[in-house]
This record gives sequence, structure tokens and C-alpha cells, in this order.
Amino acid sequence: MSADTSPAIELRGASKIFKTPSGGLHTAVRALDLTVGRGEFVAVVGPTGCGKSTTLTLVSGLEEPSEGEVLVTGKPVRGVGDKVGFVFQQDATFPWRTVLSNVMAGPRFRGVPKSEAKQKAREWLARVGLAAFEDRYPHQLSGGQRKRVALAATFVNDPEILLMDEPFSALDVQTRALMSDELLELWEGTGASVVFVTHDLEESIALADKVVVMTAGPATVKHIFDIDLPRPRKVESVRLEPRFIEIYREIWESLGEEVRITRERGAAHVA
Amino acid sequence: MSHEVLSTPVVDTVKAPNRAQSRARAARRRKAVVNGARVLLLIGVLGLWELLARTKTIDPFNFSMPSKIWDQIWTWITHGTALGSLGEQIWYTLHEALLGWIIGVVTGVVFGIALGRITFLADVLGPYIKVLNSIPRIVLAPIFVIWFGLGPASKVASAVVLVFFPVFFNAFQGAREVDRNLVANARILGASDRRVTLQVVIPSATSWIFTSLHVSFGFALIGAIVGEYIGATKGIGLLVAQSQGTFNAAGVYAAMVILAVVALVAEGLLTFAERRIFRWKPSGSDS
Repeated sequence: MSADTSPAIELRGASKIFKTPSGGLHTAVRALDLTVGRGEFVAVVGPTGCGKSTTLTLVSGLEEPSEGEVLVTGKPVRGVGDKVGFVFQQDATFPWRTVLSNVMAGPRFRGVPKSEAKQKAREWLARVGLAAFEDRYPHQLSGGQRKRVALAATFVNDPEILLMDEPFSALDVQTRALMSDELLELWEGTGASVVFVTHDLEESIALADKVVVMTAGPATVKHIFDIDLPRPRKVESVRLEPRFIEIYREIWESLGEEVRITRERGAAHVA
Repeated sequence: MSHEVLSTPVVDTVKAPNRAQSRARAARRRKAVVNGARVLLLIGVLGLWELLARTKTIDPFNFSMPSKIWDQIWTWITHGTALGSLGEQIWYTLHEALLGWIIGVVTGVVFGIALGRITFLADVLGPYIKVLNSIPRIVLAPIFVIWFGLGPASKVASAVVLVFFPVFFNAFQGAREVDRNLVANARILGASDRRVTLQVVIPSATSWIFTSLHVSFGFALIGAIVGEYIGATKGIGLLVAQSQGTFNAAGVYAAMVILAVVALVAEGLLTFAERRIFRWKPSGSDS
């Protein structure tokens, strides 16, 4: 099988079962089938706590599936590979490194010579608009700036696969829209395949080519919707288009049901 | 001096200074008041001690008095001690404490990080370390004197055993409590296990380790002093033992004062080093 024609990411019947601290078993992901084509931007939406993030850790190689297979560019995932970039929900910048040194970390870890790593890091910092901040430490930056550092640190490794786990959920609404636009701009230059996990349906439609709706946990794919909005998009304006609202309504019909199930379960737990 | 500062808080209401100025002045004044109160407290306590001893309310032979202690320190400084110059004694003790501290810190950090990272090691060695830690380690000092003789080696050894455990436990805890996100991020970015340990685990554990360094330098001094007290040829601990042997209470107190000064200077140096190393911490933020 040629690696060039195979899809970027393929999950075949992947399940992940965790042991809970009390000794029980918790199924986070169940019999998940999902294919992400090369250069495709796929958003995954689902009720909170349904196992969306677990899907990403399976693709990244940070966790192994309990059952089934995970393939990246046609090859089964064995540990963390060098094709993958991951932007985490929480802040994952190294607080003891300066901004420049944070962005240099990836290439340095991968054995790129220092001067070359520095040059690449400076390029990406300029692209995310933080060239003037390279000597700062993360705590001296705002939340949005720290996220930019994380994006630069991820993109500097030229990932073929970009995994994003609710990356902008901690930001305020305006910063979030701005960051989404910036992400689209950065991504359009790279041709990377993206899996973007979020619980915000609007965000997912505005960004993605395909929106995958997950079921209430254990997560599996419920529906896949194609988003036929033209690119390049601007997140703030695309939201107001009639087609966007149509798609939103259509997906929400599917997602809303799962959210309701999750809520009822939560209520049952409380009762 | 303090008196002068204390009497200044007369606000010049005529000029009506702006807020920033008056606030800065209030802060300065508060600082002066605090410092003044500190000095007064010290003078009060020392004065009371001197007074009670001079009026024989407390036995000056047993309790000595500040003036005698000062005389003793002065004699040591100008004429040297019975064991040689005072500087030599201080240097001897400091040398032992420092050596013991460095060895204890290095082994503590290495073991702590290793056990924190390698679960197998932690599971195997964990119970033994707990047992060793529960031994009152100061009783090992006489054994070390028997093993290593009257020279510095026995004092270094007792300093090491006192320093090792707090540093070890903090390093271990620090390695265990590393933010999982940072480790995951480093691995995704391409870091090998060794790199994760060196560039993620150790930097995040440093704040834990530094907490223990402050305490443990005090322990190193204790180890050295106790070792000297039990048997030595030189050092401040021996000075204490000799003063005690000759019923020279002032000598014991004087040695204590000298030790306190030494410990404070060491603490200051450590704090200075910490500030330099932790520039990335929010407390150092200036913008």
C-alpha cells in the first residue's frame, strides 16, 4: 500500500477503556471509525466529557487503543510520532523558558542545530505577531499571546497532522474569534490535516470542512456533516451567512439530542 | 536614628501633595516604624537581660549577660580562641557543613528525581527509605566519629545524612507532581525520555527542591556542629564544648551568636541565588 494515497488519519473500530481509581472500568471511546483526508480540516463536536479528547490522544500516540486500530498516513501508530502536532486545552508552554526558547523546543528536541532552530522559531513568532516578545517569559503574556506561542511552537515542527483539543476554550470571545482567523491563515499555508475538538458548534462550522458529531459517552461517531462554505473564511462574518445558519440548525438537531442525553445522565447522577 | 524617624510623621497639609507621593511617604513611614520597633524590641530584651543579670535577679554565672558575651566575641576576634583564630574555627565548621550540604543535596536530588521518574525503583526502595527516615539520624553522629575519626569526614557524614532526606523527599515529590500537560507536550514536540527528565521534570521540580535547600542548609550546620561537639580538633562546635567544659556560659552564647550570623549569611546567599534562577516566576514580574 502506498503511503501517499492513504488518508492522513484512520481510526478503525478504536476503543479506549480506562481503569477508574475505584477499580471499575470506564469506556471513553467505543468502536470509533473515522477517516480524515489529507489536508482536511475536521472538527469534532460532542457533549462535554464524552471522550473527544481521548480520540486525540489515540491519534497522537500518547495513549494506545484498547481495541481496534489507529493509522496515521497508512501506518499504525506506535508511540508518539514525528508527524503530529498537538495544541492542548490548558497552557502547555514551559514557564521557565522564554517565548523564543519555547518555540525552539520542538526543533531542538528533534535534533535541529541551534542556529537553524532559532531562525525557524523567529519566523514563526513573526507570523503569529510575537516577534517583539521573544525574550518574555510566558507569565508576562496574556492568555491569547500564550496561545499564539503554543501555535508557533506546534507549527514550527511542520506537522502533517495537527490535533487541537479545545485550544481556544479558555479565551474570551473576541480573542477567540481572532485566534480562529489566525489559525485558518496559518493552516492554509501548510496543507496539514487538522482534527479540531470543541464543544462549540459555531466554532466548528466556521473552521472546518467536515463536522463530526459524537454521541454521548462512550464516544462514537453519530453523523458527519460536510460544510460547503467557501474559503477563505472570516469567522466573524461567516457566522451571519444564511447558509451557516442553515447548517447550524441541521447539525444542532443531531448534536442537541446527545447533549440532552448527557444532561439527563448528569441529573440522574445528582439525584 | 530610629528616634528621629519615629518623630517625623507630621504631614505638611499646606502643600497638599498628590496621592502617589503621599502614598509613597506612608509606605516609607510604615517601614521606618516597623524597623524602629524591631530595634526597640532587641534593645529591650538585651537590656532586660543585662539588667537582671547585673542586679543578680538571675544568676550571671549560669545565664551570663550580653556585655560579657560581646566581650567574649571581641576577645575571640582580637586574640583568637584557645584552639586558634576565630576565623579558622568558623571556616572549619562552614567547610564541613558546606561539603556535607553539597553531597547531601546532590545525592538527594539525584535519588529523588530517579525514584520520581522510575516507578519500579520507587516501589522497591520506598519502604526502606521510610525506615531510614524514621531513625533519629542525629544519633548517627557518634557512630560516624567512631568510623571516620575526629577529622572533618565524620562531620561531613552527619551533615549528609541530615541533608539528604528533606532534599530527597522534596525532589521526589517535585518529580511526581510535574504538570502532565507539560510532559505530554514535550513528548509530542519530540523529546526523548531523557530530555523530558532533564528539560521538563528537573526544571519543574526546582521550586520544590529550593524550598528544601533553605531548611537543609540549617540541617547541615547542625550536623557539623553536633559532630564537632562530640569529638573534633577544631570548629565552632568544639568551641561550644570547651566553653561548656570550663563553665564559660558567655562562650557558649558567643558561639551561638556567631553561628546565627553564619547561618543568616548563608540564607541570604541562597535567596539571592534563588532570585536569579527563578526569573521566570510570576513574583519577579515587572511589566
